[in-house]
Amino acid sequence: MEHDAHNPALLHHFADAQQQKNAASLGMWLFLVTEIMFFGGMFCAYLVYRLAHFNAFAAGSQQLSILLGATNTAVLIISSVTVVLAVKAAEAGRPKVLVGYLVVTVLLGMTFLAVKGFEYREKFEKHHVPGSTFKFTNTFDDNGKQIQVNPKEAELFFSLYFVMTGMHALHMIIGCGLFSVLAVLAWKGHYTPGYFTPIENAGLYWHLVDIIWIYLFPLLYLISRHS
Amino acid sequence: MASIGIPANQAPAPTPKLNYLNNGHSIKSWLLTTDHKRIALLYLISVTVFFFLGGFFAMLIRLELLTPQGDLMQADTYNKVFTMHGMIMVFFFLIPVVPAVLGNFLVPLMIGAKDLAFPRINLLSWYLYIIGGTIFLHCMLTGGVDTGWTFYTPYSTVGTNTNIVEAGLAIFLAGFSSIFTGLNFIVTIHRMRAPGLTWDRLPLFIWANYATSLVMILGTPVIAITIVLVAVERLFHLGIFDPSLGGDPLLFQHLFWFYSHPAVYIMILPSMGVISELIACFARKRVFGYKFVALSSIAIAVFGFLVWAHHMFVAGISLYAAMIFSFLSFSVGVPSAVKVFNWTATLYKGSISYATPMLYAFGFIGLFTMGGLTGLMLATIGIDVHVTDTYFVVAHFHYVMVGGVLMGYLGGLHFWWPKMTGRMYPEAWAKLSALLVFVGFNLTFFPQFILGYVGMPRRYWQYPPEFQALNVLSTAGASILAVGYLLPMIYFVWSLRYGKIADANPWAAAGLEWKTTSPPPTFNFDETPVVTWEAYNYDEIPPWERRAPVAR
Repeated sequence: MEHDAHNPALLHHFADAQQQKNAASLGMWLFLVTEIMFFGGMFCAYLVYRLAHFNAFAAGSQQLSILLGATNTAVLIISSVTVVLAVKAAEAGRPKVLVGYLVVTVLLGMTFLAVKGFEYREKFEKHHVPGSTFKFTNTFDDNGKQIQVNPKEAELFFSLYFVMTGMHALHMIIGCGLFSVLAVLAWKGHYTPGYFTPIENAGLYWHLVDIIWIYLFPLLYLISRHS
Repeated sequence: MASIGIPANQAPAPTPKLNYLNNGHSIKSWLLTTDHKRIALLYLISVTVFFFLGGFFAMLIRLELLTPQGDLMQADTYNKVFTMHGMIMVFFFLIPVVPAVLGNFLVPLMIGAKDLAFPRINLLSWYLYIIGGTIFLHCMLTGGVDTGWTFYTPYSTVGTNTNIVEAGLAIFLAGFSSIFTGLNFIVTIHRMRAPGLTWDRLPLFIWANYATSLVMILGTPVIAITIVLVAVERLFHLGIFDPSLGGDPLLFQHLFWFYSHPAVYIMILPSMGVISELIACFARKRVFGYKFVALSSIAIAVFGFLVWAHHMFVAGISLYAAMIFSFLSFSVGVPSAVKVFNWTATLYKGSISYATPMLYAFGFIGLFTMGGLTGLMLATIGIDVHVTDTYFVVAHFHYVMVGGVLMGYLGGLHFWWPKMTGRMYPEAWAKLSALLVFVGFNLTFFPQFILGYVGMPRRYWQYPPEFQALNVLSTAGASILAVGYLLPMIYFVWSLRYGKIADANPWAAAGLEWKTTSPPPTFNFDETPVVTWEAYNYDEIPPWERRAPVAR
């Protein structure tokens, strides 16, 4: 207990460092729960509309680029690995390695956002952005059989596509900002093997954002392509 | 604010002990405080402002309904007035009131902690509330919103030209304020309890706030995303709920009520926790069936998530779904009844005293029971079809919200006022206002049950002349109610300066919050308490130390 009193990272209202760490990580997990409920509302909307307008959703889905989506999936999974390595480095007390992995994570996050940007640009070019300029003349290619779809319903698909990936991208941007700040703090030597809770918790956040993409990718890009 | 802690024209005080009120007097020491007790007071002031603002709109509604024709305002204005009343009362008063004021103040004190687990997030949550509130005021002053507090699509997305996005942003921010409060409470209750304070020794107020917090963190994000979807639909013309694109307005209602029904339990559960504390103290007994009362809070939180579609019986859901939701809605009656029966059983053979907080507790039990039983009537599909969108529904939820939540809040505020400020409120005036609130409340809302049952629809600015007599009664009741609410406002402020100085435990109550000074020091306890006793151990007090809970 005595040395805890001198721990600069220990806040006054906690009895000891362990209690502080447990509180912070429980708080983070609860926050992740709220994030799941937040995205859950959109997943629910997606589920309802996909059941109601299957052909249009399949046709919309076929207009997305599997290559770009898969690239982004790979980028995100690698970034989750670098986050784990960053936490390991913090635990082992290697601040320079820690900073390195944090920077790589941010770069991977930005790569994801850049690819996403290209995809969005393509949607503008193809007039697949909902609104007054929206056009959709494609059909649902059901194993060679061409099925006409209602363009209005395809617009609904793209509305959900933009809202869901946009909200996910917003979380990515926040994550990149978060890791940039942590990288600066780590560079200044804020984190020791005895105290690296912020790294761990930011890592948990990053993994969640990653997992949400792992669900978005098949739902939007893959599963409607074949009936 | 800065002068609260300074004793005035009292007998020469002994060297004033440093407490949370006199520990820093600058504006900054209040606006940048991380002390949960100061944040509770900040919330107290802000929710009171919103309460009187919402009350102002309520008075406008009652004045308009004094006569059958629209003479004070016409339909468009009336729509905005009841919308403002509903949104302010629900999102800026009822949801934060008990957790953010009493909960913020008491949760750490009751569990023997120095503060909430995340004091800065606690302050952030107040700022989110204030920013949301300010945006809402701006929205109100620049024209308001006319959708009703429920934001139903497609009217809210493509119908109305009022400022939905701004109101939505305000509620979104207030929602995150609520999420952070809930998150803070759960972590605090899990991780910060004093040594020896096991789960089965926790005060029931803590159990109630724990259950509330679960609802806050699970439900609120869903309303947040629902508001975002409405906003993007308006701003970017994406079609999410737009039927002309194949969108489904019913989906909006499902998402909306998935939060907004459990939100009712965010409001009522903490007040139920207050009532448990009051009943135990003023009956001098351990709450009968402690474990059942504790777990009934959790049960209400869980069942509360499974009943939302009873708001949609006539909206076009299938009869089969309606039957299931009807059945599930009945099941919430069980844990609610457990509470009411156990409070009543606690009174049996208790040494009951009738201080003001207990008057409010009695009021709560009676009015909540009426609100709850009419809730069962509304959960019955046949009756619901008959009274949907009538004043019967209005009366029902006001019995729960005003008769329940507000009674509990006022009871709790009187009970812990000496702890919060170190001063007693004037008992005679307080009893008078409790009486006025009870009489005024029943006179306002009981006639509305009858009005609704004979067919007066809600949300109209005019009505057939045969409904006038009951509407006049209701408006008369609302005036009495208004006096009943203004009085405490006046004498509470008066008591800050002239109230009798309270000692550490004026009610001779059990509970850790009474074992520290009034008002408590900044870190609550000089030494971290070690708990070796059950909650409400009134029967363990040795006879020579027993005294009636009369304020001193």
